[in-house]
Amino acid sequence: MAATKADPKKVHVAHQWKHGSPLIACCFSPDGKYVFTSGQDYALQRWEIPSGKKVEWKAHDSWVRDIVFLHDGRTMITAGCDDKLIFWDAMAEKPKAIRTVVAHKGWIRNLSVAADGKTFASAGNDRLVKLWDATNGKLIRTFSGHKLDVYSTFLHPNGKTVYSGDQGGDIREWTIADGKLQRKFQGGEVLLTNNTQGVRYGGVRGLAVSPDNKYLAACGLHKATNPLGAVNEPIALLFDMKTNKKVRSQPGSGIKGIGWQLSWLNDGSLAVASGGSGGGYLLFWRPDSDKEFHRFKLPDTARDMDLHPDGLQLATVHYDRHVRIHKLTPKPPAPKKKAKKK
Amino acid sequence: MKRIHACGSNEHQIARRQFLGGVAGGAVGGLGMLAASPAAKQLEKTQQRVVCIYMSGGLSQLESWDPKPKTNTGGPFRAIPTSVPGIHLSELLSRTAKHMDKLALVRGINTRNGDHGKGNYHMQYGRQKMPGVSLPILGAVCAKALENPSNPMPGHIRIGGGGRGNDSAYLGPRYASIGANGKPPANSERPKDLSEAADELRNRFRRKANDRFALRRRTEETDAYTYSYERALQLMERRDVFDVSKEPAKMHELYGKESFGQRCLTARRLLENGATFVKLDHSNYDTHNENFNFHLEQVPEFDKGFAALVGDLADRGMLDSTMIVVMSEFGRTPNINKYYGRDHWGNAWSICLGGGKIARGAVVGKTNENGTKVIDREVSYPHLFHTYLAGVGLDSHEPFDVGGRPVPMADPAFGPIDELIT
Repeated sequence: MAATKADPKKVHVAHQWKHGSPLIACCFSPDGKYVFTSGQDYALQRWEIPSGKKVEWKAHDSWVRDIVFLHDGRTMITAGCDDKLIFWDAMAEKPKAIRTVVAHKGWIRNLSVAADGKTFASAGNDRLVKLWDATNGKLIRTFSGHKLDVYSTFLHPNGKTVYSGDQGGDIREWTIADGKLQRKFQGGEVLLTNNTQGVRYGGVRGLAVSPDNKYLAACGLHKATNPLGAVNEPIALLFDMKTNKKVRSQPGSGIKGIGWQLSWLNDGSLAVASGGSGGGYLLFWRPDSDKEFHRFKLPDTARDMDLHPDGLQLATVHYDRHVRIHKLTPKPPAPKKKAKKK
Repeated sequence: MKRIHACGSNEHQIARRQFLGGVAGGAVGGLGMLAASPAAKQLEKTQQRVVCIYMSGGLSQLESWDPKPKTNTGGPFRAIPTSVPGIHLSELLSRTAKHMDKLALVRGINTRNGDHGKGNYHMQYGRQKMPGVSLPILGAVCAKALENPSNPMPGHIRIGGGGRGNDSAYLGPRYASIGANGKPPANSERPKDLSEAADELRNRFRRKANDRFALRRRTEETDAYTYSYERALQLMERRDVFDVSKEPAKMHELYGKESFGQRCLTARRLLENGATFVKLDHSNYDTHNENFNFHLEQVPEFDKGFAALVGDLADRGMLDSTMIVVMSEFGRTPNINKYYGRDHWGNAWSICLGGGKIARGAVVGKTNENGTKVIDREVSYPHLFHTYLAGVGLDSHEPFDVGGRPVPMADPAFGPIDELIT
């Protein structure tokens, strides 16, 4: 889709708009003209790009953890902590709920739409992954076997497999046709911490297969020396799609936070949005190195990220109530100031 | 396991010493034998007991007893109705909600404190900590005030870890906490190479020597020493009381296999067999980071064990004689921080009580719409301490007689929450 390649080293904040409450999740519309967000005020927001004109509305009985769009360009699906999926006509002047589905028992943490847009997957605290018919909201298949809450899911563009990652770093590949577990990826357990505070902490926060189908990337946290006090570091893991084995551990060294979400960029690099007690960052790695080649300090801790359809912009949402649009292209020169008239 | 709080404090570290050694040593020395119990004249014939559950680190009142859904402080969890019309709890307490008619809530607590150590002391000792002043902890006060001399069970048991606490102050080590872990006390079994007959002979000889010594040089210390041996002997005969594995399978199923459920079952077993005060912890609620994920992990685990305990006490007819206390050192901030966490907060929070003489299904105190301040019937830790004592039928204004000197059981400047006491 994108004519030009993203240049992560040129990343800069192009737009930022403030809501009345800390934000949780974000998603671009397929036409790229809007970014949608959810907030701690139980509301959803539609932001027009570049004007920042906002429309907001309330729906779920709880927070919305994830937002996705279907390929019709109008239907948006939100995943609530109230067991529900809600389908929206998101482009209406005042967005309206089209359909509500009680989809999981407990929080729905993540959604993923198939490349053909006909199906989507959901992951929840009932330890299940579910595949849905996007046209009518009917359940097609349930994938069961995770022993902990499922934090993330990803539908492969081949339409045959779905991936899921849970709180314990257990990453699985399932066959869509029969719902069977195909394989597990080895080494994800680094994303789980059990320590002397008596808590279980970690999880696969983001999951995506690289466009060249060589790697499955997962992000989360490690080095959690004080989970209850937010002392941990973000990390991305790369798994070889052929061998199931972990081939890269890409830490955000020296940063305190969690890798909340990831996206493969069209230049072949991986972008991760991190946030935590060390502030917010966009971190960029290439598959051939454990060390990131660029990091960009964000004005505040990030909580979610989405890649624009043009492949050249990232949206992030933040605790400081802002949604920010970052361009991965050179910053245009500042307009010259007019000389003052004497 | 040593629990380290997010903020670095170690308030709940438990020393590991041998259980039986603690029992035997517990009665020796101190002023325990000098303090006369004021309870005998107050209590009914039914033995009053207490089970105290300490939510270590600071349970969020918003994710438990005082939910504020759909407010700016509410977080993602919903509120659910309970067995008492009009009372709602967090959805994380779905099992407990069914027993609300056996419980009560204090929702107007303002302890003006956000420090783990101070909060721990306030809630368990009922007073401000003063330099050079040592006070007995709630368990020791209850063990002393509710003591039944014919009961061989220790009065003050702490589930988890071992050893003997240094927490009974002027009441004497006899009322200090004893650690139990759901297994028979270590070294409580008669050695295999010692026959029952030889053991009996050995004890008979000890008693004879003690009696002879006492004829000429009897003191309170020698009495205490003798008492400790006799008590240890009685405990050896009842070692199975401490062994939770003796409970039937359906009880293990009811309480759950998780460690907290097993500790609740151990508590019920000990209470049923005569323990006066049993305390257990549930950890760790010091959730400055990811408060919602951690409460999602921990509160349902608490809910399962706690609801089983409440229901089981009721089913066994023990509820009227067993007061239930669920406390923390403080609550957590209504404000949600940038790590989805909640911080320390003592200005508007809640505890749960039940059983004993606590009014069933009562709610005392109220916070405002988003839980940032108390707007009705504000109370603090001294009121709560008085209420715990009143909840087992004690007059909390009665003093202990410590060596002829009256020492108040609770801060005399305060009193119980009367409307909670039946």
